Amino acid sequence: MPNALSVTGLRKAYGSVQALRGVDLELPQGELFGLLGPNGAGKSTLVKIACGLVRPSAGAVQICGSPAGSPAAHAQLGYLAELFRFPDWCTADELLGLHQELTGSQGGLAERRELLELVELGHVPERRVGAMSKGMQQRLGLAQALVGAPRLLLLDEPTSALDPAGRHAVRSLLERLRERGVSVLLNSHLLSEVELVCDRVAIINGGEVVAAGAPAQLSRPGGVEVETAAGVRSFAAAKREDAPRIVRELVAAGDDVFAVRVLSSTLEDAYLEAVGRAPGPPPDEPAAVGEAAL
Amino acid sequence: MSDPTTRAPATDAPALGESPPVAPVAPGQLSGALIVARFSLRESLRRRVFVVVGLLTLVFLTLYGLATWQAFKAADDFSGPTEAGVDPDTVVGATLAGLAMFAILFLGTILAVFLTLGAVRGDAERGLLQPLLARPLPRRTLLLGRWLGATAVCAPYVMLIALGAFGLTYVLGGWWPDHVVEPLLALALAVAIIAAMSLAGSIVLAATANGIAVFMLFGAGLTAGLLGQIAEAIGSGSLDDIARVATWALPFEALYQLGLAELTADTVGFTRLAIDLGPFGGAQTGGLGLWLWSLAYLVAVGAAAVAAFGRRDL
Repeated sequence: MPNALSVTGLRKAYGSVQALRGVDLELPQGELFGLLGPNGAGKSTLVKIACGLVRPSAGAVQICGSPAGSPAAHAQLGYLAELFRFPDWCTADELLGLHQELTGSQGGLAERRELLELVELGHVPERRVGAMSKGMQQRLGLAQALVGAPRLLLLDEPTSALDPAGRHAVRSLLERLRERGVSVLLNSHLLSEVELVCDRVAIINGGEVVAAGAPAQLSRPGGVEVETAAGVRSFAAAKREDAPRIVRELVAAGDDVFAVRVLSSTLEDAYLEAVGRAPGPPPDEPAAVGEAAL
Repeated sequence: MSDPTTRAPATDAPALGESPPVAPVAPGQLSGALIVARFSLRESLRRRVFVVVGLLTLVFLTLYGLATWQAFKAADDFSGPTEAGVDPDTVVGATLAGLAMFAILFLGTILAVFLTLGAVRGDAERGLLQPLLARPLPRRTLLLGRWLGATAVCAPYVMLIALGAFGLTYVLGGWWPDHVVEPLLALALAVAIIAAMSLAGSIVLAATANGIAVFMLFGAGLTAGLLGQIAEAIGSGSLDDIARVATWALPFEALYQLGLAELTADTVGFTRLAIDLGPFGGAQTGGLGLWLWSLAYLVAVGAAAVAAFGRRDL
């Protein structure tokens, strides 16, 4: 079975700005993959190339074995752009109907109702997009991306306009999609969200993958903290297995121990470390990339 | 949101993430274009474009009717053909119909431009285009659909309004053009070309710049037509050549000229001379060659648009 997404040596230049400098990624079927990186790192460019919206300068992208941009690839994917709009005059139902026609989906009214209910818009199928809040439009965007039961979902900041409850619901939805074998590429700035839901993540900076792996793999031991009568004592080099020994030694030395905390770095720490050490573009380049893409 | 893990899927809907009962079959080129065109038409309806255009057209036809009534009333001072053999009703009718065609081409151009001026770059900048093009919808199909949608509005519009103006001229003055089909088709093809030019421009230009560019080209075409009339009046061969090349380079103008010429194609004698000396006289007719050239021009503009769109990053 081919990978849902396969990226090989992908490069993209907007004039003199190198947005991607040779990215390799593999996203197997049914995996939830997080793409992290600062603004202008090249994440959206990568997603747009996968959708056939941007032409690569070099390298290849395949969707379920078909070249990105080909009709076969388009038929396999659902996409929610970071900056998207739907025609404000059309209703939620009409919008999904349009996308059903474009994908050739035979789901009809039942599929539209199903998807609208899934994103809690089942009660407003006839509401115009222009009369919806930003959060409702984003949920409609998710429903739109799911039209035609795609095998790969490319979601670019899908929860940016949602409240905490909405984000939680999207996480549940993504987990259910994974159970169904749908692959998801989640492009997000919300590290905690990615850490909670993604099987693997890749951190992109300056157009290169600077770190990749499961969230737990990217975390590193952060030492042991012991709360004693004299205050909190830190053992930066210690690991989890060192904690009993440290406690024994402190008690033997006459200290009263009130609490022990085994510390490990979070995905955020790993992210900041990866981004901080990697060569990045000059400060003015990210904006230029965003503008050039339009 | 509802809990997706406990919600029962609808009976005939594809379960989330599973293959639908019948595998999706992406639409072909023509059906994809028709889907886009239908959506564009629905947008025009929903945005009440037709209501606004209809009301303003009613105003135009009312004014035209008043002018026609007054003009023929003035022409009634002549009791039939003059001693010089000029039929005043024909001169007045042809002049008024020429004026109507000029105004209708202008109205059709406004409609064509405003329906297409931001179709690509404008929609891409607003984030409207990306969700559509992530679907199995080739870019050429999207362009074809947008053009069909605009032309389906503009072409019938100019034909109907022109027919209405000719009808008013007949009812109020008793004059009917020598040929009707050719002027109507010429107007329709002219606005179809303008819609294609505007659509092509929308790929590389921002909406405002594109609108300005198309209207300037429209003005250039009119100027070329005017040059041709001046050349005819002063008998300048070189000026006539310049005007002819310019109008064929912008064939909507040549088509308009053809339509004008067809209005009085069978009129001869001093009446013909009087019409030629009028503001809408001396029009050049291109014959079959112009029709073929215009269609080829349309295809070429379309091909250039497809090539430019194919290279554009969104």
